[in-house]
Amino acid sequence: MPSPELPTHLNKVEGPLVETRGLSHWRDGRCVMQIGDWQLQARAHALLLGPSGSGKTTFINIVTGLLTPSHGSIAVAGEPMSALPPAGRDALRRRTTGLVFQTLRLIPALSVTANLALAQQLALGSVDRSAIATMIDRVGLSHRAAARPRQLSQGEGQRAAIARALITRPRLVVADEPTSALDDANAARMIDLMFDVADATGATLLVATHDGRIAPRFGNRLNLVAPGTTAP
Amino acid sequence: MIGLSLAYLRDRALNTGLNILLLGLSVASLVILLLFSSQLENRFDKDAQGIDMVVGAKGSPLQLILSSVYHVDIPTGNVPLETVDLLRRQMGVAQAIPLALGDSFRSFRIVGTEPAYPALLGASLADGRMFGQKMEAVIGADVAARTGAGLGQRFVGGHGMTGGDDGPRHEDAPFIVVGRLKPTGTVIDRLILTNVESVWAVHGIEAPHDDHDDEHANEHAHEGESAEEHAAHGSPAEVTAVLVQFGSPIAAVRLPGFVNRQTNLQAAVPAVEVSRLLALVGVGLDAVRAFAVLLMITAGLSIFVALLTALKQREGDMAMLRVIGASRAAILGQVASEGLILAAAGTLLGLLLGHGVIALAAANVEQLHQLGLNALAFHPGEAIIAAAAMGIGLIAALIPGLRVLQSDIADTLANAR
Repeated sequence: MPSPELPTHLNKVEGPLVETRGLSHWRDGRCVMQIGDWQLQARAHALLLGPSGSGKTTFINIVTGLLTPSHGSIAVAGEPMSALPPAGRDALRRRTTGLVFQTLRLIPALSVTANLALAQQLALGSVDRSAIATMIDRVGLSHRAAARPRQLSQGEGQRAAIARALITRPRLVVADEPTSALDDANAARMIDLMFDVADATGATLLVATHDGRIAPRFGNRLNLVAPGTTAP
Repeated sequence: MIGLSLAYLRDRALNTGLNILLLGLSVASLVILLLFSSQLENRFDKDAQGIDMVVGAKGSPLQLILSSVYHVDIPTGNVPLETVDLLRRQMGVAQAIPLALGDSFRSFRIVGTEPAYPALLGASLADGRMFGQKMEAVIGADVAARTGAGLGQRFVGGHGMTGGDDGPRHEDAPFIVVGRLKPTGTVIDRLILTNVESVWAVHGIEAPHDDHDDEHANEHAHEGESAEEHAAHGSPAEVTAVLVQFGSPIAAVRLPGFVNRQTNLQAAVPAVEVSRLLALVGVGLDAVRAFAVLLMITAGLSIFVALLTALKQREGDMAMLRVIGASRAAILGQVASEGLILAAAGTLLGLLLGHGVIALAAANVEQLHQLGLNALAFHPGEAIIAAAAMGIGLIAALIPGLRVLQSDIADTLANAR
């Protein structure tokens, strides 16, 4: 029985939302990321944990279709991401994935509302003002909706970035080092917010970090090690 | 994406404003030159319509043309009245129209002539009738507008042709306005027309077969007049120049030579003299035009550098836009629209500035007003200037835009993270 709060398409995926088989990536004759076989179930919260150089960013680029893996395959939402041409990967990413970066990458010339509207326009081809207002309210930025990114605090900016990643109702939200620059309290608040919003929208959450403080919050953890070393 | 372009432009308002101003100034310079030169040439053509040759006293042919056709210089002197008949008797002469100059009213020249002169320039009466009797005058549209003169009004001319209301006035020989001409956009709008006999009468010159009082002629004196102006006031019946319209092509070959062989006469062809004048003026115009083109190229480079710098700073934004769904074409379109918006704003500013400067100049500089500069007239060449400015804006945007598109999104995001 589908949840009445969720968009219909979110309930169509059965089984793993992300599935890798024998996945690794080599650059200049050197292995820079090795995952092998791995699955991320729909609506799960997963943590990709590893030190710098372990290949977290490489994996995120492969999951989002920005990079083609040199070995193995990856499927996202049942579609073979690694086998698609660049335009197909772009389209799949646009349909399925929202991204949150440590440096936020909000468009500085646009207000919070306009940033969300642009993301909606690009991903969905139309703007739903009501949904934007609801999302901004959900992340607690109603009073800052007209503010530019440079006028926001770090915490407000991160909330705006999460709102932008989720406003297109993606099945998969990928966050790269979202808490690295935050103190303990703010890091905890950030994770709480991501969980809340992802759960409310039915999105699957994949967080890549080397920040061990947030590891206990995730039941599904994938520990990456720098290739050539042994996992603990 | 247009909204995003406007937001980026607003975000660096000072830079945007300066680039628009720079491009606007270059467009304005080109527009001013275009309007000035085209309207000048058009005015020269209109004022000289139907006049194939001018005959006057020996001197500078250009001065003869300027004084008799365009009424902006002093005459070279006078010629005997018999010259008119001499020319009319020549084969191939369709019309020979005398002009008698020497006086003015509030800077507007009083021209003794025949009704054939306004007809030659396509003028027709707005109200009243054409001059016929001695001391009757018909005024051009500008004269009526600027002096407020109406039918039945009397006025006296002042001696000299450069606006000399401060000089001697012919109080004893008032004119009466009997007609007003419709606007023609030619020099005749600024003239007061009367018959040649009236000009003679004002200056005490006895007209042939006229019962003029010789004593009155002797009473008339012109103190303080220049030598050139005095030359226009000889005692015998003379005219200042004769405008000739040819009736056959052969006359164009034969008549100038015939006239120039006469002892005291010279023939000048408006087309030749105007071409010579425009060639002289054209050197200066070409120099200013080259400078304006250089200014436009500088503006284009400035936009290029501004967008290159802005896009370098926004590489991460561009990559992020790609990540959240913008196609390559959309990104390129966004960058191109920034250049085009800058160029469009600069072009619009330039057009407004250009026409505004022409309007101000025509309103405040009498000589330019006399040339009939019209700020509300648009020249087809302005579309070419606008297209060139838009093209420069587009190229200045596309070069850095294509450069950004060639960069790797993952690398850009990694470097920007």
